[in-house]
Amino acid sequence: MKSASSLLIWSAAALGILVLPWHMQQDGLTLTGLVGVGQEDAEAASALWQAVAHRRFWFWPVIAALAVALPGALPSGNARARSAFLVWGGLLGLAAIVAQGLAIGVQGWSYPWLTEMFGELDDRQFGMGLGGTVAFFAFVLLLTDGLALRGYFRGDRFVSGAVGVLVASILLFTAWPVLTVLSQMFTPRGDLGVAAAFADRLVDRKIWGLACVTGNVNCGVFWNTLLLATSTATAATMLGLCFALIVTRTGFPMRRGLRLLTVLPIITPPFVIGLGLILIFGRSGVVNQIAEAVFGLQLGRWIYGFAGVFLAQVFSFTPTAFLVLIGVVEGISPTMEEASQTLRASRMRTFSAVTLPLMLPGLANAWLVVFVESLADFGNPIVLGGSFGVLSTEIFFAVVGAQQDFGRAAVLAAVMLVVALVAFIIQRAVVGTRSYVSLTGKGDVGLPTPLPRRIRILAFSIAIPWAVLTIVVYAMAMAGAFVRVWGRDWTPTLSHFQRAFALEWGPTGGLIFSGGAWHSLFTTIQLAAIAAPVTAGIGLLAAWVLTRQRFAGRTALEFALMLTFAVPGTVIGVAYILTFNIPPLEITGTAMILVICFVFRNLPVGVRSGVAAMSQLDKSLDEAAVTLRASTFRAIRTVVLPLLKPAIVTALVYSFVRAMTTVSAVIFLVSAQYEMATVFIINRVINGDYGLAIAYCAVLIVLMMSVIGLINLLVGSRRLGRRQAAPPALPAGGRA
Amino acid sequence: MTKRIIAAAAALLLPALPAAAQGQLNLYCSATIEWCTPIARGFERESGIRVVLSQKSTGEMLAQLRAEARNPRGDVWWGGTGDPHVAAGEEGLTQPNESPRIAELYDWAQAQWRQTQGRTVGVYASVLGFGFNTELIARRNLPAPRCWSDLVNPVYRGEIQMANPNSSGTAYIVIATLVQMMGEEPAFDYLKRVHASINAYPRSGTAPITAVARGETAVSISFVHNAAEEAAAGFPVGHAVPCEGTGYEIGSMSIIRGARNLQNARRFYDWALSAEAQTAASREARKLQTMANRAVPLTDGAPNMATARIIDYDNARFGASAERRRLLDRWDREVGALPR
Repeated sequence: MKSASSLLIWSAAALGILVLPWHMQQDGLTLTGLVGVGQEDAEAASALWQAVAHRRFWFWPVIAALAVALPGALPSGNARARSAFLVWGGLLGLAAIVAQGLAIGVQGWSYPWLTEMFGELDDRQFGMGLGGTVAFFAFVLLLTDGLALRGYFRGDRFVSGAVGVLVASILLFTAWPVLTVLSQMFTPRGDLGVAAAFADRLVDRKIWGLACVTGNVNCGVFWNTLLLATSTATAATMLGLCFALIVTRTGFPMRRGLRLLTVLPIITPPFVIGLGLILIFGRSGVVNQIAEAVFGLQLGRWIYGFAGVFLAQVFSFTPTAFLVLIGVVEGISPTMEEASQTLRASRMRTFSAVTLPLMLPGLANAWLVVFVESLADFGNPIVLGGSFGVLSTEIFFAVVGAQQDFGRAAVLAAVMLVVALVAFIIQRAVVGTRSYVSLTGKGDVGLPTPLPRRIRILAFSIAIPWAVLTIVVYAMAMAGAFVRVWGRDWTPTLSHFQRAFALEWGPTGGLIFSGGAWHSLFTTIQLAAIAAPVTAGIGLLAAWVLTRQRFAGRTALEFALMLTFAVPGTVIGVAYILTFNIPPLEITGTAMILVICFVFRNLPVGVRSGVAAMSQLDKSLDEAAVTLRASTFRAIRTVVLPLLKPAIVTALVYSFVRAMTTVSAVIFLVSAQYEMATVFIINRVINGDYGLAIAYCAVLIVLMMSVIGLINLLVGSRRLGRRQAAPPALPAGGRA
Repeated sequence: MTKRIIAAAAALLLPALPAAAQGQLNLYCSATIEWCTPIARGFERESGIRVVLSQKSTGEMLAQLRAEARNPRGDVWWGGTGDPHVAAGEEGLTQPNESPRIAELYDWAQAQWRQTQGRTVGVYASVLGFGFNTELIARRNLPAPRCWSDLVNPVYRGEIQMANPNSSGTAYIVIATLVQMMGEEPAFDYLKRVHASINAYPRSGTAPITAVARGETAVSISFVHNAAEEAAAGFPVGHAVPCEGTGYEIGSMSIIRGARNLQNARRFYDWALSAEAQTAASREARKLQTMANRAVPLTDGAPNMATARIIDYDNARFGASAERRRLLDRWDREVGALPR
């Protein structure tokens, strides 16, 4: 460690408390506004100045905590005593910030019992701003520094700091909002008390009913959801594996095209696939019309219900499974397969006894990710579900539908969380604690074994029809952008693009973006571009901490990181406005809340792909770096990161793309100033204006394709020092 | 001494209150964006007040109002089904308001204003009826439905769609209308008989008419103006107002309690009730609903509330959440749970 003292962090805390304005500034920060000392306006002042000049007594504990931590931050002194100062200073500071923030809001005391205890407060405060944020995170780091100094985390300040920041941000942006929403399930209803209302909501035939087993009625949404998520996850993982094997292990000439094709559904706003399927398999769809004309068969409305939703979800989530799997399949070292073949195992045996087990963490991860995505999916069930209800649609309509029962939504959300939790536990049990390391620091030579014949035939026979079907669905859906009335009047036209993306030359010669879609497009790109690197960074850091470090509460942290993924977007959206519309964190209506929402919703994929890739890297690699006296941070930067390039690409691409395609979470968070593309599109669809909606989608898809290409180019691929396939043998008579 | 300092501090604080900017109105709009935009721009032109528009469905907007209750962001909530407006009034999320223009409105709009103690006023009404795919019923040799009693005809078996009342306000209005027209027992008997012909209860209120337009189902129970809009978009959709009479939904307007720009909100309220504003905005958006101001001429092709047999819809009873829950529970038990 270069500097053993925490003075730098302490200075940051001091800056946040003494100098920077504590609260969020209404009109944004100016350069002069950065100095919050001597401000006449209390809201523009630093915590110190507010306490001294504006009699805001509630900042004194924060300032006191800063003083407590100082002796610990100085470089000299007994380590044990210093750690005590740091830990207590940090804890006190965090407690003081949280307590003052929660206790005093825009209308004085936030809780009636505080008013009763202390009398009316003639003052108020708004949400925390720059100073508060800097001070908060500095206190977190002081605390973790103290813990590291005491010997926790093997004394590694970087690790303890990383864990501290992760835990703090998850508590703030996941646990707190989710708990706020869940607490709603105990709201009394009508003449029912707290317990009775809760019991009434939980014990409900509409959730647990099993009537569909015996008759032609719908089962409870719990069973529907479970059946759907399990089938989708299994099917999508199988398909994803087929594609991953074809792309990495065969000489299939259209591999690149296949790779693009599997990425396509991810970058498509959710309802497009559903509508495309209706055009093909719906009652008036192509297939039905052909069947009726040729065979006189009436295929009916089978697409509405489980079958249709399942199909649409497999289309939508196979790419997710593929993205998680591709890194894993690429990363399997050929050495073991070659060893297996040297021992005279057949290709088939090698595949089933060596390759497949090595892919197990990847398969389990892919399965879990798809399972949870299917749980939270809203777009497909709403378009194709018909009478088939699942938890996510049920939650949405409990909040916004005719029932208007927030408590019921909270109960359903809790059920969904439990399902996700159980899936997570099962996944861990399957993967277990076995080692899947196959990339070590040792020389790694060998060729990836080609697939055994039977497997190859199987993979192709599943993947190719699927790929063709995907193309057809997309062609049908995308045609909507170029015809007058989709599904009805197929006269080609470009008018939809014109309405969305018209450009005009202004009178002064400037370009005017007069199309209706420009504003939301610019906002979306901007926010997605901010969110993607943040997500990838935090996600990979978390993955590294989870796989490389052993500390108490690691499993809990891992689950907490997956939590936002299991909560449907609608619930997250409502949770965020419930929590962040009032001080201490008053960020609704800003771009920040959108970025934070994207980051914490998409974090799980960053984490999972990082974990999957990292569990293949032998620990000896970073240990070697540390033995060579590299700091932990340097070991990560020079050894781990370059080997993680595929995972980085996945995390970046995925979070960028998801930020551009999420609907349900952001629909509550957008404001007039920050409108998102998807919300704009959904509004068109609700209004029946499919042409413009699909034209916009088409533009988004092209845009995201180029961004994905750009990210691939910038990050590059890892070089694994493997032999390339040998050139074809020279003709007989050539040199030996 | 201390008190004086606190008072001084409070005085210093005042200029820091957020969003005190004059000349702004935060408009929460629950109609379609094509309708919200002309409303917002029209008011801007008229008053010079900057309108910040936010558009969401009524249910979503109500969820947002609840979440923002302690720190309201919006000033006026315009448009969307009346029931969530009434619910918001019940919960104290909106505040009563008076306007000299109330007297210019149709009786149904005034009635809603009185029933909610001035918290909510009707701005337009949509009539409930049937939509049907003209090509599909011709191919299947089905008669076009004209009356509620037609729907129990077994020829429509598997051809009718209605939204799920648990999630859709539209479908709830169907139940409430039938209960008011027939009495509760006969209404549920009727729903059970129609249930046999229904092929799906989709979650969203506009899903049945979309399905009709795309030929996925022959008949839907939905708002007449939705059917007319699909027809205007080029789909083979016809519509009918039931011969026995029918119910309607009121699109409403409320002022949000704790509005930061209350003066502007009041000014908007008066303006939005005027015949000029309603005529201009509904023309521009080509809306087929009936406007609340009696002086607004009917749009071509719009169902006429004066000639259609419209029941005297009891908003106070059927908008209340307890009655709503009771009827929905009954529907779930007696209709939704039946095999088809």
